[in-house]
Amino acid sequence: MNSARTPTDWKGTAMQARIRRRYRSERAFKLAGLAAVILSAAFLAFLLVTMAWNGAGGFTRTEVALKLDFPAMALPVTPTQLRSPAADLALSGAGLKNAVETAGEGWVSDSAWMKVRDAIKADPSMLGRSQVIWLPASPAVEAEMRGGPDAGLEVHVLQSRGLVRTGFNLDFLTASNSTDPTAAGIWGALKGSLLTMLVTFLIAFPVGVLSAIYLEEYAARNRWTDLIEVSINNLAAVPSIIFGLLGLAVFLGTFSLFGHTIGPLFPRSAAVVGGLTLALMIMPVIVIASRNAIKAVPPSIRDAAYAVGASRVQVVFHHVLPLALPGILTGTIIGMARALGETAPLLLIGMRAFIVTPPEGFTDPSTVLPVQIFLWSDEVSRGFIEKTSAAIIVLLVFLLAMNGLAIYLRNKFETRW
Amino acid sequence: MTDRVPSSPKMSARGVNVSYGGTPAIQDVSIDIDMENVTAFIGPSGCGKSTFLRTLNRMNDTIPSAKVTGDITLDGEDIYSAAMDVVQLRARVGMVFQKPNPFPKSIFENVAYGPRIHGLAASRPDMEAIVERSLKRAGLWDEVKDRLSDSGTALSGGQQQRLCIARAIAVDPEVILMDEPCSALDPIATAKIEELIHELRGRYAIVVVTHNMQQAARVSQRTAFFHLGQLVEYGATDDIFTNPRQERTKDYITGRYG
Ligand SMILES: Nc1ncnc2c1ncn2[C@@H]1O[C@H](COP(=O)(O)OP(=O)(O)OP(=O)(O)O)[C@@H](O)[C@H]1O
Ligand SMILES: [Mg+2]
Repeated sequence: MNSARTPTDWKGTAMQARIRRRYRSERAFKLAGLAAVILSAAFLAFLLVTMAWNGAGGFTRTEVALKLDFPAMALPVTPTQLRSPAADLALSGAGLKNAVETAGEGWVSDSAWMKVRDAIKADPSMLGRSQVIWLPASPAVEAEMRGGPDAGLEVHVLQSRGLVRTGFNLDFLTASNSTDPTAAGIWGALKGSLLTMLVTFLIAFPVGVLSAIYLEEYAARNRWTDLIEVSINNLAAVPSIIFGLLGLAVFLGTFSLFGHTIGPLFPRSAAVVGGLTLALMIMPVIVIASRNAIKAVPPSIRDAAYAVGASRVQVVFHHVLPLALPGILTGTIIGMARALGETAPLLLIGMRAFIVTPPEGFTDPSTVLPVQIFLWSDEVSRGFIEKTSAAIIVLLVFLLAMNGLAIYLRNKFETRW
Repeated sequence: MTDRVPSSPKMSARGVNVSYGGTPAIQDVSIDIDMENVTAFIGPSGCGKSTFLRTLNRMNDTIPSAKVTGDITLDGEDIYSAAMDVVQLRARVGMVFQKPNPFPKSIFENVAYGPRIHGLAASRPDMEAIVERSLKRAGLWDEVKDRLSDSGTALSGGQQQRLCIARAIAVDPEVILMDEPCSALDPIATAKIEELIHELRGRYAIVVVTHNMQQAARVSQRTAFFHLGQLVEYGATDDIFTNPRQERTKDYITGRYG
């Protein structure tokens, strides 16, 4: 053991080469990491820019000032009819649609007559005179205004006379789906998404967190809990469309058998069914994230609480949960974001129906943002291309708002050690 | 340090065995702990001092693989009987750990937590009085009285440990178990804790686990020497250190192993 060992030559060439290699690999790693970050940032920027570019048109609308000569139309409606609740029916029965179409000469959209109808209802006296009303332009005019092909209508002439204007389309945010792209809005789908997410959160969050607490703090470690753990991990990886089939079978199949008792609570196309289906889907994600967050709470904190005489429930709710909450929220937001963007399972439970009235409650037929995007992207009419991008922007804003809320909450509960 | 004449023991253990998943860690330990004296547990690492200490307030219940047999009583009451409420037991038998483990909450909350969950304070002023008294007894009051709302984890190691002691005495326990309370502290902080143990003596029954022979000699009146899961010798500290009856004790305190 005492044989003289040659002292390490820290300045030798071999050592210097090793040092250079070390620096080189460090630099290479840093560069690769930077490249990865730049690449993903570029993809994100590309997505956002194209969406904003295409979608901006969805938020604006061209309107045309149309002079309507009501006495000449001679609509067969009486003032009494106009004041009655059946005014809509009376006006459409009187051929208002055709009259507006004729007067519009291809300038106004197919749904423009509804605007006229609403204007007449608001002020029946206009039937006795001719009146200028701003009406949504037809897709051809709209396209030409955006630099599209010449609609053959001499749009620029009217424009120079101030009879055509383009402005922010508030209707896009307040209207629901329509076959006419100029009238179609996102509100119905947005509200559907809100209701669906609410159901998903209210079911998945408490159930997921409670399961995680039970499995971590109460359940004995044995074959059964191992089995449950494996099942949960597998469930998290199951494709979403299978959850759609499950929702279809359970909520719409089995529960509808209960007829008048709970059957009506689970109608087809309803936010409650969509929400429950998505809750099933994201529950495993929440359970796994919550369990990991709970596991990460230092045992010394539990010991400290037990040692002053805290009960198990008190240890969990006073110490473990507050410390695990940031992790739990992170898992929840990942799950909720996934649920918000989910389309396939909702198609299966019928949330792809054409729905023109926004849902009033959880059991009303509704659709959600990603399904609406899917449906619009399938339309051939040019107007819907812009609507699709605009809807994507709305979906992204919703997502950002949800994430922002979660990050705010997480920072609020984050404990500094 | 003289050995005061013990009255009836505060806690007593008879034939206690502890095993972890079948592996014995403590074998047939019988010991009495009284109110008047500070009791020190000494012995080489891994001999089961912490394990035995944790049987005294049933902290071993939180380890699923741990199994405890034998009798342990507090004021003559079997603490492992079904009639004993473990939450109350832990309030009556407090514990301070080797590594300071304040809650990541304010200093005030750290001390107030125990009294709050046991409903010991009727009002806010009441609670403030308890917190002040506990921090004073733990010798920390002067250092933190102006920053009670700061996080307990922002204190120095020695201050944290005294905070943990204040937290333990805030629920007015009868017994305080300390598992190597000074092992993470510098000599000055250690001296403060030792002084504190002196002051608390008589008010609480105190058990201190330590690896430091001088510390055992300084703070305790009675010493128990554990080796390989057995209680080798238990008696007045002066006797154990000057005149051990067992060969193994003598070897250990003279530094032959450990
Ligand atoms: N949670 C546990 N699970 C399994 N075995 C344990 C556990 N805790 C302690 N043991 C074992 O029990 C024996 C006694 O450990 P214990 O912690 O009581 O020793 P100690 O005397 O406190 O040692 P030290 O002085 O190093 O703290 C050791 O062999 C240890 O490996
Ligand atoms: Mg120990």
